[in-house]
Amino acid sequence: MNIWIQIIGILVALGVLGWLFRFAGQKATNNKPFFRDMTFGVAFGYALGAAVLLWILTTYYKAITADGQVEVNKYFFFRTVIEWFVKFSIAAYLFRLVFRYVGTAGTRKLFRNMPLTASFGIMIILVYAFVAIFAGVIAPHGQEEVFAKVNVLPGGDPAIGGDPDFPLGTDQIGRDLLSRLIYGAQNTVGIAFATTCLAFLLGGTFGFLAATLGGWLDQLVSRSVDVLMAIPSLIFALLLMTIAAAWAGSNKELLTVYMVLIIAVIDSTRVFRLARAVGLNIVVMDYIEAAKLRGEGLGYLIFREILPNATAPLLAEFGLRFCFVFLTIASLSFLGVGIQPPLADWGTMVRDLGQFINFAAFSPQTASLPLLAAGAIALLTVAVNFVVDWMLHKSSGLKE
Amino acid sequence: MASILRIIAQRLALGILTLFVVSIVIFAAVNMLPGDFAQAILGQGATPEAIKAIREDLGLDQPPVTRYLQWLAGALQGDLGNSFAQANFASFAGTTATANSASVAAQLGPRFENTMFLAGVTAVIAVPFSIFLGILAALYRNSVFDRFTNIFTLSSISSPEFFLAYILILFLAVLNPLLPSLSNIYEGMDFGDRLTKTLLPALTLTLAVTAQLMRMTRAAIINLLASPYIEMARLKGMSPMRVIVKHALPNALAPIINVIALNLAYLITGVVVVEVVFVYPGIGQLFVDSVKIRDIPVVQACCLLFATAYILLNLTADIMSIISNPRLRHPK
Repeated sequence: MNIWIQIIGILVALGVLGWLFRFAGQKATNNKPFFRDMTFGVAFGYALGAAVLLWILTTYYKAITADGQVEVNKYFFFRTVIEWFVKFSIAAYLFRLVFRYVGTAGTRKLFRNMPLTASFGIMIILVYAFVAIFAGVIAPHGQEEVFAKVNVLPGGDPAIGGDPDFPLGTDQIGRDLLSRLIYGAQNTVGIAFATTCLAFLLGGTFGFLAATLGGWLDQLVSRSVDVLMAIPSLIFALLLMTIAAAWAGSNKELLTVYMVLIIAVIDSTRVFRLARAVGLNIVVMDYIEAAKLRGEGLGYLIFREILPNATAPLLAEFGLRFCFVFLTIASLSFLGVGIQPPLADWGTMVRDLGQFINFAAFSPQTASLPLLAAGAIALLTVAVNFVVDWMLHKSSGLKE
Repeated sequence: MASILRIIAQRLALGILTLFVVSIVIFAAVNMLPGDFAQAILGQGATPEAIKAIREDLGLDQPPVTRYLQWLAGALQGDLGNSFAQANFASFAGTTATANSASVAAQLGPRFENTMFLAGVTAVIAVPFSIFLGILAALYRNSVFDRFTNIFTLSSISSPEFFLAYILILFLAVLNPLLPSLSNIYEGMDFGDRLTKTLLPALTLTLAVTAQLMRMTRAAIINLLASPYIEMARLKGMSPMRVIVKHALPNALAPIINVIALNLAYLITGVVVVEVVFVYPGIGQLFVDSVKIRDIPVVQACCLLFATAYILLNLTADIMSIISNPRLRHPK
């Protein structure tokens, strides 16, 4: 019960503080409209915001002045989060600043009025693409290379069971975790990207065909898509993966290929919906009519008339779809039926290393391993979502 | 009134039809398995005679259509067949599987209740919280608060559930031992204890769902703020909070209810991962375990159950939005 009294006490204190803040503001600025029209709720909000900020600052101060291993471990995660947040913000700011002066006139203009979140997103996406393409060069060891040193702790300090050769340690059969994390970018992101492309190829083709041709083809495909969409996608993917696992037997690579196909088909239903809807709006335009009267074929209509006009919504959808596919694959791998070992993959890493989270109190570096892999997944999806959000906001012309 | 009932009846019929087709899809998918149930039960070293005996025993020698109808009829009566794993275990232990222990329905029953409990707790926390946040964000749009919630919700939508789950475990269970990180729910637990053990998975799901709900509430309200009657209310000198709660919210209710129902449907798939992380004894965990050991009857039954719940919730969303919108209630 004690904790409730504390919470109520804090709320009352914040309320009083907010009221005092507003009152002081009214007196000091001689009733400026900003303070005069401030409702109590807003004043309370300011007090709350100030209190949270103060709490973060004091805790961070405690974290950097912490003495003794136990104290340092206690604040390790808090400190890491704050420091990385600041580092990422500065990096995104610098990134935007640089590209305001470098590049073509078009990109310079784009970066000039870009919110920080979007430039952060673009920066992260570029970094991931770089790591994924050059994983073989960056990674210190191979992804399947097994070393004699098993269960090396992260941190690289030999005194507590680390090894400078393996900055993030090794797993239970002696594979370097840093290398697997880097190769994970190649495998997880690469497979998700390929799956999304396949889903777009399938869904886009059928969607545009259904929109242009109409008639029984449209009805047939649309109704089958309706049925497929009535089953929750993760559940359907798991059901089909059961069957695919029986088909593939012990052939792990074949199972991964099946997974790509299954997820591509399931996700292409969503793409189909959008492509058809966008296509239907374009098909009724006069220029399509003109092209038809000119006697242009179906291919010309789809590729030269409809596709260029449908790029903007499809591009935004591509970003969102990629996130979705990426998360589905990560979830499947986390559940143990997605990308199969020995390929390094983030979802599988989270599952294998998940137990280490319980060591947070005495070895935070070890406990951060599963979070690092899960965070790598989250960071990319967050980045893509930031960029898509900005694109949608820009194209919709919403100023509200 | 009669027209509402007719529309609802139409939607219901459509929903049942979809469910029927979905059951065909699930049955057909499972029948694409190489070999059949008999081989799956007996394993690789089975003699042809034994396989034939089991096939006749389970009725596998009949054509697919007959088997499908039998399965459907059974499912409608609550008989979802027998679990392979349980049957295998029983034969291994030298006992015959009693109808009770091996039947899928007996396995699903208590787990279904647990999953519903988890989804219920999540909904009770998430729905009021996110609508409140959504109204605040719409009220103070483009302020620091709005931007901050925008970034926060966008991040939590796009993070995988297990990331959110591990972060919550880290801060609420390991570093500050406030809540248990393992949800070992058993029968006959008292309510408070059960709630404490369910709270961490429920909070994870809340984080995943709140973001979507809040953004939709905000968008639905802001959409309305440009309409003339809101302008009028504002010019009357009403306070901004009152304008939103009294005038904008009732009209924004249709899309909001729709989003709530859709998000509850999303919860159903979300529980799979969250239940695995917290070892919560619900349907999702059973489903994943059965997928791994290829326990076909259980996979089939879980799939049907998830699809039914999903379709029902989507149907509810449809009907609710029709009821709350007079223009849809009286179609021209």
